[in-house]
Amino acid sequence: MNVGLFIPCYVDQFYPGVAIATLQLLEKFGCRVTYPPGQTCCGQPMANSGYEHLSDSCSTLFVKNFSSFDYIVCPSGSCTLHIKDHLNDDASAANAGNIRKRIYELSEFMTDILKVEKLSACFPFKVGLHQSCHGQRGLYISQMSELVAEPFSKPGRLLQMVDGLELVSLGRSDECCGFGGTFCVAEEAVSVKMGKDRVDDHLKNKVEVITGADMSCLMHMEGILKRQKSTVRVMHIAEILTQW
Amino acid sequence: MVNHVSLSETFNKDEERVNWHDETLWWVRQKRDKAVWQIPEWEELRDMASQIKMNALSNLHDYLLQFEKNALANGMVVHWAADADEHNDIVYDILAKNKVERIVKSKSMLTEECHLNHFLAKKGIDVIDTDLGERIVQLAEEAPSHIVLPCIHKKKEEIGELFHRFLNTPEGNADPQFLTAAARIHLREKFMTRRVAITGVNFAIAETGEFVICTNEGNADMGAHLSDIHIACMGIEKLIPQREHLSVFLRLLARSATGQPVTTYSSHFVRPLPGQELHIVLVDNGRTRQLGRPDFRNSLKCIRCGACMNTCPVYRRSGGHSYHNAIAGPIGAILAPNLDMKEYADLPFASTLCGSCSNVCPVKIDIHQQLYKWRQVLTKEGHTPAAKTAAMKVMAGTLSRPAVYRFAGKAGRWFMRNIPWLTNNRFNPWYKQRDMPAPPKESFGDWYRKNKR
Amino acid sequence: MSRESILAAIKQNQPESEGLPDAKGFVPICYDNPAQKFSEVLTGIGGKIVSIESTGEIIDYLNMHFTEADRFATVLDGIPGLEKLILPEDARALDGIEVAVIAAGFGVAENGAVWVTEKEMHHRVLPFICQHLAVILDPATILSNMHEAYSKIGQDNYGFAAFIAGPSKTADIEQSLVLGAHGPKTMTIFLLSEK
Ligand code: SF4
Repeated sequence: MNVGLFIPCYVDQFYPGVAIATLQLLEKFGCRVTYPPGQTCCGQPMANSGYEHLSDSCSTLFVKNFSSFDYIVCPSGSCTLHIKDHLNDDASAANAGNIRKRIYELSEFMTDILKVEKLSACFPFKVGLHQSCHGQRGLYISQMSELVAEPFSKPGRLLQMVDGLELVSLGRSDECCGFGGTFCVAEEAVSVKMGKDRVDDHLKNKVEVITGADMSCLMHMEGILKRQKSTVRVMHIAEILTQW
Repeated sequence: MVNHVSLSETFNKDEERVNWHDETLWWVRQKRDKAVWQIPEWEELRDMASQIKMNALSNLHDYLLQFEKNALANGMVVHWAADADEHNDIVYDILAKNKVERIVKSKSMLTEECHLNHFLAKKGIDVIDTDLGERIVQLAEEAPSHIVLPCIHKKKEEIGELFHRFLNTPEGNADPQFLTAAARIHLREKFMTRRVAITGVNFAIAETGEFVICTNEGNADMGAHLSDIHIACMGIEKLIPQREHLSVFLRLLARSATGQPVTTYSSHFVRPLPGQELHIVLVDNGRTRQLGRPDFRNSLKCIRCGACMNTCPVYRRSGGHSYHNAIAGPIGAILAPNLDMKEYADLPFASTLCGSCSNVCPVKIDIHQQLYKWRQVLTKEGHTPAAKTAAMKVMAGTLSRPAVYRFAGKAGRWFMRNIPWLTNNRFNPWYKQRDMPAPPKESFGDWYRKNKR
Repeated sequence: MSRESILAAIKQNQPESEGLPDAKGFVPICYDNPAQKFSEVLTGIGGKIVSIESTGEIIDYLNMHFTEADRFATVLDGIPGLEKLILPEDARALDGIEVAVIAAGFGVAENGAVWVTEKEMHHRVLPFICQHLAVILDPATILSNMHEAYSKIGQDNYGFAAFIAGPSKTADIEQSLVLGAHGPKTMTIFLLSEK
């Protein structure tokens, strides 16, 4: 199958390793992957700040870049959700609608479309999984603790397939880390406090690595860990699943 | 400027207190979880509640007329108030006509919204709030910080001190049991001596013309049943079609609010006591305007359980007063801009849009989606800072031009220049308590061009 | 007058009518032994269950567990050892009651509530103003859930009625639960199964 790789702008610029790992994973499971070079951003930074109307040109660009694929895959739940919920392009409404239906976050794509049951990865560490809100409550890649419903977690299940990996359970399984786009600077005090509390939960449970399906949340927590001079690392889930 | 940012920054100066506030409310959220897992049909119940409320809102005109007719037949006096001022005037007129200067009041978020206490105080009326938490904040001359737990921001030592000052309890005694007992004696005297009781309303039923008040303390009942005049104040959105629908709402309300299976008292008021006057004040105050906004009318389904506050990771760490509105938290943030866009333009931004609120909401209000939509409205109406607009325009301009984006130089640099929250300078709040990743040698785009094409 | 303007605005702004939910297929929780569930739940919210076989046992229980026997009161006929209350002109005079004994129409297992209408209270304030509340309940009347409860209530034409679930309580001070806020400090349910 033809997969268009959508790499969010901040991953492109700061975490190329995450993008490379995503590409390797998809190829390993038999996808023909293309990275359309003209891509930039999904437009979420503007839209979540109240400037959805400024994100139109990003949307047009997105549609142009990603119309020709069977699937579009992205290593970020938040950017995926934004496209799913808000991608519109007056000039090619049908294409935009198609993309909204065919875009997947990496772990849900591996679970639902590639139907991955086995991995040959090995990562002998204690790992804490951060459930990023947009992936979880928006894309439903994990069950939400608020609902009276059967628990499941797509990224969690993938991590369980990794040899040696010990998935640690946390005090609060799915509390927000406080990144929230512009929230992280506009509401600095609360944002940092939320991040510190999330990090503390992982530290209290003695994790060695914090992982997740959204690099933005991880970047925020990494910023806090670094400032605290902690030795705990953050890694995107794709980087762990490619430890083969 | 006083806004959510500055108020929560102040709140966060005392980290120990933030931890305590957060944990206390998280504990309530956990009690809620435990209670709702007792009910296998919980999610279906939420659906039903949401649909019943939608039916009520979409037929509100007829239901209000039906309610009025039945309430009149039951012997109630029905008043209509277009806004807070008219509501306050109606209440005052009843008091003035009966020459009453001292009254008791049980919990009503509507009267908070209308600033009734303040208004009556200026008219020389002495109002005693009888809900323990509300009495505490009243003594402290503060506003409630939570719609269900009004003094959740106060430590027991502070309450002990207040009671020592106002109720003559021994200095230094901060035992909740002891303080509650003192308040019981203090307030019982008020119930016994005051002739007028104001209460809120949790649900009003069109079919029967009755209304229901839910409390744990029994203060609404003590006030109402001992009064010569009972004035019940309600927003028009409190209406539900039929009595049997109470089964759905009473199952949801207390479990969502505090994790109790039901409030201690669910009192159904149909007719006044012999010789008693029973007034009901139906208040609009912006509700019809909200009803006319398709994106936001769902907010009128709210049954004021407070669950969205208890679960909100921002509310727990910023405190109820940081919302500078009678109703705090996520629901307050979508209700307040309807009352005054300029004054409350900050509130829809006081959220990470994590969505937990919408998931706990017993009537399934799409709270976080409304926060997102309010942001768009407020921006379009010009209620966001000019500097932010300018920065967003620059960002949008570059992000839609791949060439500019790609050739901006070394990886990370473009980013540091253009994404407002990562701009690399010492004025950027990101760096106050966080580090940034070091920019890598090359971006993924560069790597891909070298290795894959 | 605002009435007309409010109604006109609503008429203009309310969305197209949406129907009520279809309750078909909705199966609320039912308990095999509602009385047992009721007892568990009520105990959990601070109430007390006392199983009795005749109303004659009530006074003995009260004498054993409460003081101020001269201020026990009931509105029921024929409770041995308890005199029937003559309602005072001014309900405030009920303030001195130590224990009030009333009957309830039925109980609800899922939440430990009992349904009491004005008829059973005699005066509305009685179950709130007393220091301790005792309620006689026939365990055979205990329903599983609130849906059953409201079908049973139907269109009953009470002037006032309440679900009462346990003693009055508050947790307003630092979330510490205190029983006995403004209303009764305890609630005792006499489950009366007559032999
Ligand atoms: S919005 Fe929903 S969760 Fe929040 S107070 Fe209202 S009913 Fe409760």
